[in-house]
Amino acid sequence: MSGPIIEVRGVTKAFGGVVANREVSLTVERGSITGLIGPNGSGKTTLFSSIVGQHPIDSGSIRFDGREISRLGVQGIARLGLQRTFQQTRVFAKMDCVQNMLVSLPQAESGFFDMFKPYPPDLIAKAEHLLEFVGLYTKRRLAAGSLSFGQQKLLEFAMALMNEPKVLLLDEPTAGINPTLINGLIDRLKRANRDYGITLFVIEHNMRVVMNLAQHIYCMAVGKVLCSGTPEEVKNDPRVIDAYLGAAA
Amino acid sequence: MKLASRTAALHAAILVVGLAAPFVFPAHSVQFAVFWIMVLFALTWDAMGGQMGYNSLGNIAFFGIGMYICAITQIGLVYDVGEYTAANGAVAIHFTDAQYFGGLALGTALAAVGATIMAAILSWVLAGIRGPYFAIGTLGVAIAAAELTAAWPWVGGGQGISMPVFPGAPGMRERFFYFACLAAAVACYLFFRWLYGTRFKLAVNAIRDDEDKAEALGLHTRRYKAVAWSSAAFFLGIAGALFGNMTGFVEPLETAYPTLTFGIFMIAMTLLGGKGTLWGPIIGATVFYVMRELTWTYLLGWQYIALGVLIIVTVVYFQQGILGWVKSRRPEWFGVKVEERGGPDSGKPRPAPAPKAVSA
Repeated sequence: MSGPIIEVRGVTKAFGGVVANREVSLTVERGSITGLIGPNGSGKTTLFSSIVGQHPIDSGSIRFDGREISRLGVQGIARLGLQRTFQQTRVFAKMDCVQNMLVSLPQAESGFFDMFKPYPPDLIAKAEHLLEFVGLYTKRRLAAGSLSFGQQKLLEFAMALMNEPKVLLLDEPTAGINPTLINGLIDRLKRANRDYGITLFVIEHNMRVVMNLAQHIYCMAVGKVLCSGTPEEVKNDPRVIDAYLGAAA
Repeated sequence: MKLASRTAALHAAILVVGLAAPFVFPAHSVQFAVFWIMVLFALTWDAMGGQMGYNSLGNIAFFGIGMYICAITQIGLVYDVGEYTAANGAVAIHFTDAQYFGGLALGTALAAVGATIMAAILSWVLAGIRGPYFAIGTLGVAIAAAELTAAWPWVGGGQGISMPVFPGAPGMRERFFYFACLAAAVACYLFFRWLYGTRFKLAVNAIRDDEDKAEALGLHTRRYKAVAWSSAAFFLGIAGALFGNMTGFVEPLETAYPTLTFGIFMIAMTLLGGKGTLWGPIIGATVFYVMRELTWTYLLGWQYIALGVLIIVTVVYFQQGILGWVKSRRPEWFGVKVEERGGPDSGKPRPAPAPKAVSA
């Protein structure tokens, strides 16, 4: 099944006098890996936050799976199957990795009395399997807060997979990760997309990573979508180079 | 299994001591009864403050609400409440055994239910408030509850209510309420022990560690807050109902809503014992209550200063509490598995249960 799963139409978001997103429109195809690049301060993370409902948008429309979500709250959107990871990792620091995974179960179906159930062994096995998938199996009994920044990123990625989202928004997944592990992470992102059928929408500064990963890339600059296309097209677009390095006078 | 059998032995030992105490030291039954109330206070405070990271300064409100609901039920079953309170204790009614114990049972049940409903409503109102704002908001609830009660003549206002007289033989009253308080504390412990074995525990811990992330994962955070607070309120309501009858006189500031004594004690005990653990509050309540009794006996006049010093030392130098400190020193006593050092972790296949790495 193809067609757009996220449709952003004319979204504007201002913080006081600073317009972080101005009339942003883009689409993410179902089952794709879509990249989002742009210099620092171009509004990428603001757009992510708007999509997942972290703050209300000033105008425009955001549709997820054909449904308008721009008026829903964070929890409601998450339960529809839209997850994000954070640029600065957010894990539950005093809980161990397995506990972090278990608490990340999908919540769409959870009724009031589900909170009084124990965790069945198959869920614990699934949590451990996913920790193994991201290479944290041997750390599974350590408090998440004692992991390195890169390991916390991997844990947060595994937690997102545990949540079984339809779409996963990744905010700089390779930032702070040991360069020798980046190839492994790219491979895992691709496998999550292929094997688990999760659509990925990725903010990334590492051009090698995003060119390797994404089928379609949007480039933002000063709050607007500058251009989009295949990695090859975007890489060779002079506007993109100007945006990053400053336009030649 | 070693841990399980040790826990069972501990339970049995505490239960034996608890059951024997009023027979061995009959003169101190009331002190022991208050001790069990203290255990209940600490356990219920920890459900919000320790496990979920929501520091409530107003949990004492549920204690007072329970106390008043029970008192009014007991009186209302046999007499007009307004006339009874207006007479200021001058109405002498003889309660038969059936009236007294029936009223007490019904009153305690209604106290538990009423406090639970109150907490559910309050959690809805205060759910969006975090950190210090939540603490001050809940403190406001406790103070407002006391003031409203004091200004309400039908429930006795600031004058209070003289409770029905216990119908049994002299000495039986203390024993009866001792066992009632013991039962309430044990029920409270068993309930939270069960609750912390369910998904609830990880969810409220997640709210404590990072509520925004918990929301981003789609957790129904409001449900958890409502359940955590209502559970605490349920047992606090029972405690209030029993305490009011044990004291024999109910009035708003000193008995029902003692924000500055019991309201602070429940926090201090939990912090001292180790918040966020099941046994920490119990240990904290024990140490704190012993200290309190000793200072009241030997340092009279300085007792609040001594307790204040204890609280300051705990908060400044000993934040993890007694159990937290032991846990950080001896994690294996708590069944915590320490790190398996499996070498560089780069998606290696799961290692077979390997022999323990040789430590240098």
